[in-house]
Amino acid sequence: MSFMRKPTVAHSRLPRNALGLTRRDYEGGMSTLCAGCGHDSITAALIQAAWELDLPPHQVAKLSGIGCSSKTPAYFMSQAHGVNSVHGRMPSVATGAWAANRDLICIGVSGDGDSLSIGFGQLAHALRRNMSMLYVIENNGVYGLTKGQFSASADKGSKAKKGETNVQPPIDPVVMAIALGCTFVARGFSGDKDQLVPLLKAGIRHQGFALIDVLSPCVTFNDHEDSTKSYAYTRRFYHPAIHADFVPPADDIKTAYDEGEAMPVELHDGSRIVLRKVDEDYDPTDRAKAIGFLQDASSRGEVVTGVMYIEPGADDLHAVNRSVNTPLYNHPYEELNPGAEALEQLQARFR
Amino acid sequence: MTSRVNNFVIKVANVNGTGSASANGLLMKALFRMGIPVTGKNFFPSNIQGLPTWYEIRVSADGYRCRSGDVDLMVAMNAETYAQDLREVASGGFLLYDATWPRDSQLKRDDVTILGVPLAQLCNEAFDNARARILMKNVAYVGVLAALLEIDMDVIRALLKATYRDKAHLIEANQQAIDMGYRYAKEHFACPLALRLEPMDQTAGHIMIDGNTAAGLGCVYAGATVGAWYPITPSTSLMDAFKGFCERYRVDPDSGERRYCVIQAEDELAAMGMVIGAAWAGARAFTPTSGPGVSLMSEFIGFAYYTEVPVVLFDVQRVGPSTGMPTRTQQCDLLACAYASHGDTRHVLLFPADPGECFELAVAAFDLAEQLQTPVMFLTDLDIGMNDWMVPEFQWDESYQPDRGKVVDAEMLEAIDVFHRYKDVDGDGIPWRSLPGVHEKGAYFLRGSGHTEEGTYTEDSAAYQKVLDRLSHKFETARDLVPAPVQHGSASAELGIISLGSCDGAVREALDQLKATGVELSYLRVRAFPFNDTVEDFLANHRRVFVVEQNRDAQLKRMLLMETQVARDKLISILHYNGMPMSAGPIVEGITEHLRKEVAA
Repeated sequence: MSFMRKPTVAHSRLPRNALGLTRRDYEGGMSTLCAGCGHDSITAALIQAAWELDLPPHQVAKLSGIGCSSKTPAYFMSQAHGVNSVHGRMPSVATGAWAANRDLICIGVSGDGDSLSIGFGQLAHALRRNMSMLYVIENNGVYGLTKGQFSASADKGSKAKKGETNVQPPIDPVVMAIALGCTFVARGFSGDKDQLVPLLKAGIRHQGFALIDVLSPCVTFNDHEDSTKSYAYTRRFYHPAIHADFVPPADDIKTAYDEGEAMPVELHDGSRIVLRKVDEDYDPTDRAKAIGFLQDASSRGEVVTGVMYIEPGADDLHAVNRSVNTPLYNHPYEELNPGAEALEQLQARFR
Repeated sequence: MTSRVNNFVIKVANVNGTGSASANGLLMKALFRMGIPVTGKNFFPSNIQGLPTWYEIRVSADGYRCRSGDVDLMVAMNAETYAQDLREVASGGFLLYDATWPRDSQLKRDDVTILGVPLAQLCNEAFDNARARILMKNVAYVGVLAALLEIDMDVIRALLKATYRDKAHLIEANQQAIDMGYRYAKEHFACPLALRLEPMDQTAGHIMIDGNTAAGLGCVYAGATVGAWYPITPSTSLMDAFKGFCERYRVDPDSGERRYCVIQAEDELAAMGMVIGAAWAGARAFTPTSGPGVSLMSEFIGFAYYTEVPVVLFDVQRVGPSTGMPTRTQQCDLLACAYASHGDTRHVLLFPADPGECFELAVAAFDLAEQLQTPVMFLTDLDIGMNDWMVPEFQWDESYQPDRGKVVDAEMLEAIDVFHRYKDVDGDGIPWRSLPGVHEKGAYFLRGSGHTEEGTYTEDSAAYQKVLDRLSHKFETARDLVPAPVQHGSASAELGIISLGSCDGAVREALDQLKATGVELSYLRVRAFPFNDTVEDFLANHRRVFVVEQNRDAQLKRMLLMETQVARDKLISILHYNGMPMSAGPIVEGITEHLRKEVAA
């Protein structure tokens, strides 16, 4: 199996974004995942989101670890640079890349094995540092490439394809991220593109660490009866708590909302996400309440989705570091090197 | 004892956490400012407070920088180690101790002169504050030594003024303690001792500095902007130094904006990941660590090798295996670094010998990493990194510009049809690289999985092998780019020594001692891996080559056997691996013994 390029056929009538690019320009290589894989739907949503946001592809850094999910950055935005790092270590590579070039728009794609087992520590610390990136967990509760072992997000009592029952409690990345201070936490479902695209757009535009846990059923190893990560189960217990509409900086909020239910949140670049509460009890700006709500829902077996927590305006890694506003990687050498005279003066203290 | 001027060893035995470091620093710097060559070595425990710690100052008019192996004057400030400290004094030597609590029976050796000074008593009478009483006891012995050895009191006064510039009360208290010790010694002992100092002019144009500070400074001058690290002894002070210098030189005075970013990672794996991310994005990036960190970073090191990302890793080696002895020195990571990570990997290593080379080669490390697009590992050790060495003042060539290697910019990408990340365009095994954020034509997916010359995923045998073979070719190219070995001693000798790094001082002193007995050797100090033709020629041109290194398993010798044409029986190992810095003695003995056996056989 080798890399397959998609033929570049562009219809002249295809819609173009502000950069004059069509959706096709945001596509990547041919997916090699199983037919019907939830990950491919997320890839499509990412393409849509990037196109709608007019992202300059070469400014995007796509990053991933190891696993089925981590293959997907090859399937979108082939004009964007990417890193397929080692297993579970994408967050550190992303942190370094963004430290060096703060103009990069970092999009990380990981899985539940990559993020919640081998890379759990790196994920936790990257979000604590509030480095600016969109971090998508394509969550299917199972190891695909090694053929069907439970992952750390598998629910207690969920059954494997071969009948084994999972006995360990799951790690819910959304609750974990809210508890650890993540500044943007959302959950989506690969089967609901209408909800997912605005979530991805808001996550990309959020200045800080945006974690989106996307339930993404594995059609080969975890889509059977008795699995709690199947399409059927997810659809049945699907509970959108907060719907998000993304509104770019220049646009007016056009959609009519009922009074009291809409909650516009302004992001650093002037764009807004308008949160619509489908569930009246939910407050996505209160960490403790958010965690309580999620845990209650989870005990009822509900899969709560939407923007679960948001804290715009928190200092990110560069703000904390007080870094220069321009990328460090090409900062003029003359301003980095103190020079011969400074060296001469400095050495007085070593005599 | 006959009089010995400017040629002896002072060792101070302290309890850590009592502020002895500043007293010992003051002592050493005073000698340095008198123009006398000195080196200071700190033997400290892996502990914060309460355990024994020693500071050893070698005064050497001839400028020898290694340990002499003897102690001529012991300042025994730790009652717990009296027995051991007394044992260590060379015959005819002196032991100075705090006689507030007389230990006449315990401190008894016929061939050692015991000098008791009631330091605690003097300080208790002079100072009110409990902390000052402890701290000033240490400063007071500097005063005693000033009288016993004839240290220039004006030099001490000037040093105190410079050290405590803005704290007049500290200058006063320190000076009082010194004067107190000085007066006591003058009144009670025949000063000076047979060991004494005379001003010289041998330190002009030199500085006293440790290797970690020098390497951190080198990173600043190299233009490194991103540093990621996980604290580990003995490398911590390297990043501390980098940060300190950046705060001084890289912060905009008006806006307070920083032209650097240092990230304390959650572990060494993350530190290496961050450095790889930063270097991939085009920054000069580095991580300081030690052996255990290298073990943890190994997976990522292989990734950077295969994906060709230029990172710089400083390994300040400490004693292994495992946690080993974190505050003792060794050269035990040569093999672990040279072939770090699974699969076929070989890495560029640098071996600085002293803080001077730490500064110089730190800059070279970044150039090499970017020229070769590969990890460069900078192997120093605790002895170089944390001890005070006298080295020539650092010079900076203002015409220096970083060599960023083969990087395609937007203009070049605009002009070409298609960019292939891993293609050997120039025939030297080094491809061109693009940076993210510059131009969409430069986009590729950096991956540790099998990839083609074009940078795409592959499981095709031929395409995979082509990239792997080019990496070998690149390593060949590295041979002539890395710093050349340094050769000393008689070029025509049929016997040779090959060594590296902090063995240098001991080897050079051994060469002089052997020459005095009529044995002439030539000496090649390797400064980098891969070895180049100079190493090969040296091995070919000598009948017998002694390989001197600080590890049990003869790691340098093994690398020479694997990586050169040398015949196995030509190489004789001289190994030192007890954790203490090396002295000339074992080298002289090892070589003499071998030659004696050769004659007998």
